[in-house]
Amino acid sequence: MIWKHLTYSGWGRALRASGDMARPERIDALRALPPAPAIGNRRSYGDTCLNSDGPIIDMTRLDRLLSFDDATGLLEAEAGVTLGEITRLLVPRGWLLPVLPGTGFATLGGAIAMDVHGKNHHNAGSFGQHVSAIRLMQNGKARQITAKSAPNLMRATIGGLGQTGVIVSAKVQMIPIAGETMRVRESRVGGWDEHVALLDASDATYTVGWLDATARGDALGRGIVEEGEIGPDPARAPRAPHTVPLTAPHWALSKPIVRVFNELYYRRVPAAGRTVTKRLEDYFFPLDKIHDWNRLYGKRGFHQFQCVVPPDQGPTLHAMLTRIADSGLGSPLAVLKRLGPGRGGMMSFPMEGYTLAVDFPNRARARGLVQSLENDVLSAGGRLYLAKDALAAPEAIRKMYPELGDWAVAAAKADPDGHLETDMSRRLGLRRA
Amino acid sequence: MQQTWVILGATSAMARAFARALAEEGHALILAGRDLDELRALAADCTLRGAGEARAMRFDAREPKHDAPILDALEQAEGTLNAAVFVGAMPEQARIDDDPSLLQGVMQDNFTGPARFLQSLAPMIEARGGGTIVGTGSVAGDRGRVGNYAYGASKAAFHTYLAGLRNRLGRAGGHVITVKPGFVDSAMTWGIEGMFLVAPPAKVARDIQRAIGKRRNVIYTPGFWRLIMLIIRAIPESIFKKLSI
Repeated sequence: MIWKHLTYSGWGRALRASGDMARPERIDALRALPPAPAIGNRRSYGDTCLNSDGPIIDMTRLDRLLSFDDATGLLEAEAGVTLGEITRLLVPRGWLLPVLPGTGFATLGGAIAMDVHGKNHHNAGSFGQHVSAIRLMQNGKARQITAKSAPNLMRATIGGLGQTGVIVSAKVQMIPIAGETMRVRESRVGGWDEHVALLDASDATYTVGWLDATARGDALGRGIVEEGEIGPDPARAPRAPHTVPLTAPHWALSKPIVRVFNELYYRRVPAAGRTVTKRLEDYFFPLDKIHDWNRLYGKRGFHQFQCVVPPDQGPTLHAMLTRIADSGLGSPLAVLKRLGPGRGGMMSFPMEGYTLAVDFPNRARARGLVQSLENDVLSAGGRLYLAKDALAAPEAIRKMYPELGDWAVAAAKADPDGHLETDMSRRLGLRRA
Repeated sequence: MQQTWVILGATSAMARAFARALAEEGHALILAGRDLDELRALAADCTLRGAGEARAMRFDAREPKHDAPILDALEQAEGTLNAAVFVGAMPEQARIDDDPSLLQGVMQDNFTGPARFLQSLAPMIEARGGGTIVGTGSVAGDRGRVGNYAYGASKAAFHTYLAGLRNRLGRAGGHVITVKPGFVDSAMTWGIEGMFLVAPPAKVARDIQRAIGKRRNVIYTPGFWRLIMLIIRAIPESIFKKLSI
């Protein structure tokens, strides 16, 4: 059959939708479908991959590599292939995707529609900046667009939340690599100032800070900064993945457990730091070894709060982190990172500054905290990441995304009847901006 | 030694997974089916995954005239010749009940079409003294059920054909594996109610690869279907005819 009726959610599992899902295995089958929003592996957290009571198209079976030029590194692939699969197949041939997010389960189409970034954003920019062409299906007709042939539509599609048409396939410029492993320098940072100073000073290709969101007082902001360079060093063989077999009880990530986990995670790295060598996949996708880890948050799910604030707004971020630590609601493994200015589209998340990502269990108190953090981000001139968001207010998003109006016009032109609207675009009134 | 595999019905989800597994082992592939655009996309994918060579060719269970070019291509290939059959169609039984003329197509797609091709391939395998044929049957072919008996009958016929072919080719060093998948997560089962324990296509592909290595004769995939079908086959007909499982 074409449609399957089911209830599904994003990675955070806090918001759900029921509706008919199609999962075409051939381009012809995709072409025959009525216009509907497309989704990949649903690794976005909130409601951008949901369409309540409406149709939705699962693209994961349109996942073929269509061409690769060993001389130039230009890859063309269908939208449903995962970034992890591309990595697995092309790293042995000496090529890597220029930008990789924290999970290899994200699809190519999703990476474009969310204009994802990675640990090298400060010097490589966002994913969409490396996409040279997109094959876009609108009303059953596919056509290729490039920055030259349709500059406006291209910028509306990259980071465009799937609202300009169904991304069928795309061309991405890969980068050559000198080896198959990542040499990672791990440094302990004892508090906020030290953490930020090291992120600012780092000139590594890949830089990210893991942060203990439960530490308070002098230890606030303590964590581990990882600086990575790709090289030819050997690393140990891959281990088999584990699966979280069932939805955990709600106390599985309660305050004492998270506190102990963070303490151990911090102490894991010696005070003087250390250098380790990891397989590229283990470095880029650390949590992919634990399948379905989102079940650890119990059946109510969780929210990920991710914002970016301008470089001079460090103190705001410090104040926000203080409130997070005081709340005792923070999760294991928060992330702090310095972003560069690179962004590929009108609705792209990145901007020059610091980005903070923290998971919260889906509780009333946590939702209240997230909403108050969003106000801080707004007054600091920062921005929330729509790939993560499930709670923001429409007015706030409008102010955070200055090109929203232009984007809405482009989306309306591409999809005049609003067939591609999702729960997120309706909740935030994105298409009516 | 060089291995060439022809895959009939290569655009199905199971076939795609199996073709990819063969590609990563470096084999040469002939991907055959009705939709040449899809086959070309799969051929590109398999080439990038390491296939020695991958080409798209037309095969239609209901159109014998397309067989010859594929057989010619195989004749010219060096090394061992192998075939995997994933061709098949499963119209709802209710539709066949309403329109009995559909029955002929079901038989062609699931049985006589693939068997016709294999019948021509068999002497080539005998001549080269080796080669493996993987034939996809179905658990539905193990017993006639009210909800699926036309499809089941075509698969049962294919099982019997494969058993005979195994008997024949075994004498010349060839081998035939009958694969009986349970419910596989593909376009064929998507959205159908009552599906349970649905296996991902990649799991089926792995099971088939293992069966080739071990020269198994008949496999169920996933393996627990052997037990389920053992029980279903053991139910006396006097009782079974009253059931609607």
